[in-house]
Amino acid sequence: MSTTVPAKAQKTGEKKQNPEFVQLLDPQGIRLADDLYDPWVSDVTGDQLASLYEDLIIVRRIDTEATALQRQGELGLWPPLLGQEAAQVGSARTLRPDDFVFSSYRENAVAYCRGVKLPDLVRVWRGTAASGWDPFSVGMATPAVIIGAQTLHATGYAVGCKMDGADSVAVAYFGDGATSEGDVSEAMIFAASFKAPVIFFCQNNQWAISEPVGLQAQRPIADRAPGFGIPSIRVDGNDVLAVMAATRSALDRARNGGGPTFIEAVTYRRGPHTTSDDPSRYVDPVVAKEWEARDPIMRVEAFLRSEGVLTDELAASIQDRADQVAAEFRAGCLGLKNPEPLSVFDNVYATEHTGIARQKSQYKAYLEGFDK
Amino acid sequence: MTELTLAKALGSGLRRALTDDDKVVLLGEDIGKLGGVFRVTDGLQRDFGPDRVIDTPLAEAGIIGMAVGLAFRGYRPVCEIQFDGFIYPGFDQIVAQVAKLHYRTAGNVRMPLTIRVPYGGGIGAVEHHSESPEAYFAHTAGLRVVTCSTPQDAHSMLREAIASDDPVLFFEPKRRYWTKGDVDEDAVGLPMGKARVVVEGTDVTLVTYGPLVATALDAAVAAADDGISIEVIDLRSLSPVDFDTVAASVQKTGRLVITHEASESGGLGAEIAATLTDRCFYYLESAPVRITGFDVPYPAASWRIISCQILTAFLMGLIVRLVV
Repeated sequence: MSTTVPAKAQKTGEKKQNPEFVQLLDPQGIRLADDLYDPWVSDVTGDQLASLYEDLIIVRRIDTEATALQRQGELGLWPPLLGQEAAQVGSARTLRPDDFVFSSYRENAVAYCRGVKLPDLVRVWRGTAASGWDPFSVGMATPAVIIGAQTLHATGYAVGCKMDGADSVAVAYFGDGATSEGDVSEAMIFAASFKAPVIFFCQNNQWAISEPVGLQAQRPIADRAPGFGIPSIRVDGNDVLAVMAATRSALDRARNGGGPTFIEAVTYRRGPHTTSDDPSRYVDPVVAKEWEARDPIMRVEAFLRSEGVLTDELAASIQDRADQVAAEFRAGCLGLKNPEPLSVFDNVYATEHTGIARQKSQYKAYLEGFDK
Repeated sequence: MTELTLAKALGSGLRRALTDDDKVVLLGEDIGKLGGVFRVTDGLQRDFGPDRVIDTPLAEAGIIGMAVGLAFRGYRPVCEIQFDGFIYPGFDQIVAQVAKLHYRTAGNVRMPLTIRVPYGGGIGAVEHHSESPEAYFAHTAGLRVVTCSTPQDAHSMLREAIASDDPVLFFEPKRRYWTKGDVDEDAVGLPMGKARVVVEGTDVTLVTYGPLVATALDAAVAAADDGISIEVIDLRSLSPVDFDTVAASVQKTGRLVITHEASESGGLGAEIAATLTDRCFYYLESAPVRITGFDVPYPAASWRIISCQILTAFLMGLIVRLVV
């Protein structure tokens, strides 16, 4: 089917704009009208939305598989993204290959959309490497674990794009907890002062491990950016279409010399912080249940079915495809090799450092002692 | 060959780097119209423009973090930290990002940053303006740490640091900014990783770097009057340390004194004493000795200026005790 997604709202006009945030697909899958953001997705066809739906299903399936791998002792740790699929897929799928992402560690769906190979998603979590991939091969830096640090890197990269006369954009992904870090405020100050083509994409998933967002912010996080001179958008992070619209508008501003935009994608971390966490100690199950009802996948499914795009047959084939990806992912993970002991000295420096060279030769001699 | 102050020699090094490589950009507070609080970048923004000599907001983490992003984009940033004691807000970005990105990314991302830091005391400044924080950085894998003591080294080593594909902490002995010396911009000098034997001697090896090289030379002259021959070594590089040059000297003299302005515990002196004891144990006539700043915050300016003046005499007295 090739009709575009906004058709239904324009026909029925059933529901009006959501005052809380930008929302184009409500939790029931009703397509809402939004004068400001509809134009940004007016070209999205039913088939394209079905393709996003497939992404959502696949990244959730990868996430489930990774948690299973951790429970089976194959990964040391895993940070699940359950509930945040739409925020990540909706934004990442709008980027160009020449844009550059600087993320935190939960952005595995973003990495998937950027083309990171499946086993590369878990090299770090299996402990076989310090990071998973060559950033330049996919236009995405490997995750920064220090909270908020990458927002400055994105800003610097964006300033570089501007100096080069390129219209590429840098995107910083971070969470609500990160907004308390000084680096994030500094990044916004620098980005505003230098009019850097950067998007600050904050997934407000309501939790920083056990600390609720109310400890980080007394007002909606999106309200903070205008104080730095940066326009902001508060968007339903569980609505893949709205996230896409918001990101497209921010990209357009950045590419055309308008500088940075702050996007707060309101979502919810339905799993633990990582597989080491125990949310039963701090999460109210009633609230968790409410967010389950706002699931980012169900609403797309409901809409696509109502439009006649998603049939039982297509849904089954997407599920098969997701299972196949999960199987490839598992095989790739189990096939990752442990590094050689002497490789711990590799790449500490780009050029020889006599101190490291001495320690390496001493360790080499020690290891060779076992062969005698 | 031109006679320049150490500060001017740094400025001419930056000028050459900006001229030779259009990926070199300077970032820092007040480095534009003002030319930096020590005027090291004097005239550079006028000549290279505000896109290459960038006045930044007052945030050290921001300066370093932005430089990391520029390095991702293929730039070669040179950051100025205004004073030693101001580097700590940027410490996380330096230690957790700049130092580790090449390692983290299996060599895919290079971090050719140079971070210039005026350091050390003796200029009568208030708190946070007289510190010697070099050991923190020499302790961090992934960073190179160097310091200069002459205008020629200031020029040549800074250009080498900027051209390096590794991140370099470049410590500038601010008390010596006004020291004059001949600078040959085209000289092919000693590589920045090598120590220099500044004065040859036979009785004691005196190892130092940065601001205290001149003090050590004074001590050597004074000692010569007493018939004691001191070999003075300017380390130049604190990571890596050129232990070969120091060891060759200690094997000749049999005695080792290390002096630095930074405090004693966990300092470079401890590292050098330990390594040289290991490497030169059978050559040593006496235990290696450290003469350093006390393990106290940098004291009020007037006291310390006096203490700098007496340091030469202090060094001398100690060396005489060692030898006699």
